[in-house]
Amino acid sequence: MNFSRVAGLLCAASLAAVLAGPVYAQSKVVKIGAVFPLSGNAASAGIHAKAAIETAMDIINNAHPELGNFPLAKDAGLSGLGGAKVDVVFADNQGSPATGQNQALRLITEEKVVALTGAYQSGITLTASAIAEKYGIPFVNGESVAANLTERGFKWFFRTTPIASDFAKLYHDFLKDMKAAGAKTDSVAIIHENTEYGTSVASVIAAAFKEQGQPIALDIAYSANTTDVQSQVLQLKEKKPDVVIMVSYASDAILFAKTMKALDYKPPMIIADDSGFSDPSFIKAVGKISQGVFNRSSWSLGAPGSVTYIINELYKKKSGDDMDDTAARQMQAFFVLVDAINRAGSTEPAKIQAALKATDLKADQLMIGYKGVKFDAKGQNTLASGVVIQLQDGEHYVAVWPKANAAAAPVIPYKGW
Amino acid sequence: MSTILVQVIVGGLLLGAVYALFSSGLTLIWGMMNIINFAHGDFVMLGMYVAFVVYTLLGAGPLVGVPLAALVLATLGVIVYFGLIRSVMKGPMLAQILGTFGLALLLRYAVFWGFGANFMTLPENIVGGTFDVFGIRIQASRLLAGVVALLVTWGLHLLLTRTSLGSKMLAVSEDSMAAQLMGIRPDTMQAIAWAIAAAATGIAGALIATFFYIAPTVGETLAIVAFVTVSLGGFGSIPGALVAGLLIGVIESLSAYLIGAVYKDIVVYSLFLLVLWFRPQGLMGKM
Repeated sequence: MNFSRVAGLLCAASLAAVLAGPVYAQSKVVKIGAVFPLSGNAASAGIHAKAAIETAMDIINNAHPELGNFPLAKDAGLSGLGGAKVDVVFADNQGSPATGQNQALRLITEEKVVALTGAYQSGITLTASAIAEKYGIPFVNGESVAANLTERGFKWFFRTTPIASDFAKLYHDFLKDMKAAGAKTDSVAIIHENTEYGTSVASVIAAAFKEQGQPIALDIAYSANTTDVQSQVLQLKEKKPDVVIMVSYASDAILFAKTMKALDYKPPMIIADDSGFSDPSFIKAVGKISQGVFNRSSWSLGAPGSVTYIINELYKKKSGDDMDDTAARQMQAFFVLVDAINRAGSTEPAKIQAALKATDLKADQLMIGYKGVKFDAKGQNTLASGVVIQLQDGEHYVAVWPKANAAAAPVIPYKGW
Repeated sequence: MSTILVQVIVGGLLLGAVYALFSSGLTLIWGMMNIINFAHGDFVMLGMYVAFVVYTLLGAGPLVGVPLAALVLATLGVIVYFGLIRSVMKGPMLAQILGTFGLALLLRYAVFWGFGANFMTLPENIVGGTFDVFGIRIQASRLLAGVVALLVTWGLHLLLTRTSLGSKMLAVSEDSMAAQLMGIRPDTMQAIAWAIAAAATGIAGALIATFFYIAPTVGETLAIVAFVTVSLGGFGSIPGALVAGLLIGVIESLSAYLIGAVYKDIVVYSLFLLVLWFRPQGLMGKM
């Protein structure tokens, strides 16, 4: 046998292996699609989301006995599917609802994913999940909070995160408590970005406050990819509200923090609605000039050695940053989805859907501070909850309200820089 | 007039000066060779990252960052001219557009790859602090950017109208064949134009970095403003970019303050279309 013949045989053999590989792997791999903003203005959030999902994949696909009884952690792969591994196909929504929709379509029809998660921006979750609904593919969302997402009568859409109406109540009760403690909270202003997320959250908060007999004094909408926010800050400076509620993505949140300092404006109290203000790059860039901003969160790091602490360490290795609330909620949603697939013991969409409907996770089975995960008929998690946190030192958020969950007492007025 | 209203107008003027600053490079390239550089916003972004790297490595502010950004971008400008522009200029119009567009994406995602998607900022006090003039607050960093904008505009204008290099560059843009017959090398002139335009853009980026966030996608946000400024001011007109920049800055600020931030684009773009309706060549452009 001469050399070329040996080489030829080797080639054929390797070709056969390559061809056979996927066929063999197919029965052992569960493919899930994830649509996130991996480029565009919200890329920072999307890339942290990707790291969160990859960390979850690592926990699911490899044995992690150090996580104790945390679901899916102990063994490698999914026990319900004979040790099958989970594979996530990521797609970039580029911050556009149309692209998000196209990517969902591509993941379903070409990548043949059995379920979807994503898509960060509420406006894109709206369009992407409509495609999943049409094709009968389960879509589990962990971070989009616009109320209407679960008001569309969808059968395949499930959402684990608390939503705008939960926060509105949280903020209102918090302010009531602060008022009882002597703070002035009579006039409340809302400033929000003008896509689906900001608009819907702002309107739900405004409606909830009005219902409680405290109409919003000033409502300012702006575009998130704006180059300048001086006028908006000056509007606030002129009206002097007691409390400013901000619903922003990261780039605009950073601009607001910088502009407030430049124009020397400090409202007595700022409540930020997660998103931009939770983004690790916000804290690194302008945390030091945003000291004392309140925020909401369902995530807390926990004591060294706890499940959340270990998960954060794994996540930090992938992303370089500590886990923030948004990434944690995305990770939890992914665990909920994979747990359902595991219980379904099948990759058939209808069986996954049935398993999702039967989800009943307790607080101690979660890596996030919800009271549990249980979906109502609309697909909304009824046990989602959150706490008020504060950026007291400009570097780390600490839980400050309600008192039962607090690690520190809330500090007012807003300190800024 | 209330103090706040004056503050809005002052803020608008300073913002407008910055718009003018990062638009001058775009208008120069157009004036020289009828090419729209779609990578312009990403040139600004690169200037910002140069300032950021200078700060992280050397701890130095714009005094070092601005000249270095000008140098780095000028080099890039020359490379882009010889590596890309010279070839696509021979191709159809669409090749020119898509060529610089591809360059924009290449630069953006190279920075993505190198620096990650995180938003970054320079320290707040890197350029002085904030002055208080009769209750009007003026940020030193924005003032510096505004002053440099005026200087760069003035300098470019003088260069084009008062120097022999400027005349040679204009000669090439008017009629490159005739210029060649007069012993001017079009290639050299156009490469110089790219170097100057890119350097001006780099300066703009390094200055904007002192008060804006830095991210790989920031060019997208800024490029739109640059295109509007340049077409309102008149393609190719450097003083036009200054006037248009200031105008857009003030109108944006006033309309955001008086009507609402979400409506400022409606006001600006309505005005933009109106001007183009009556003066398609822009405020100070030549037909």
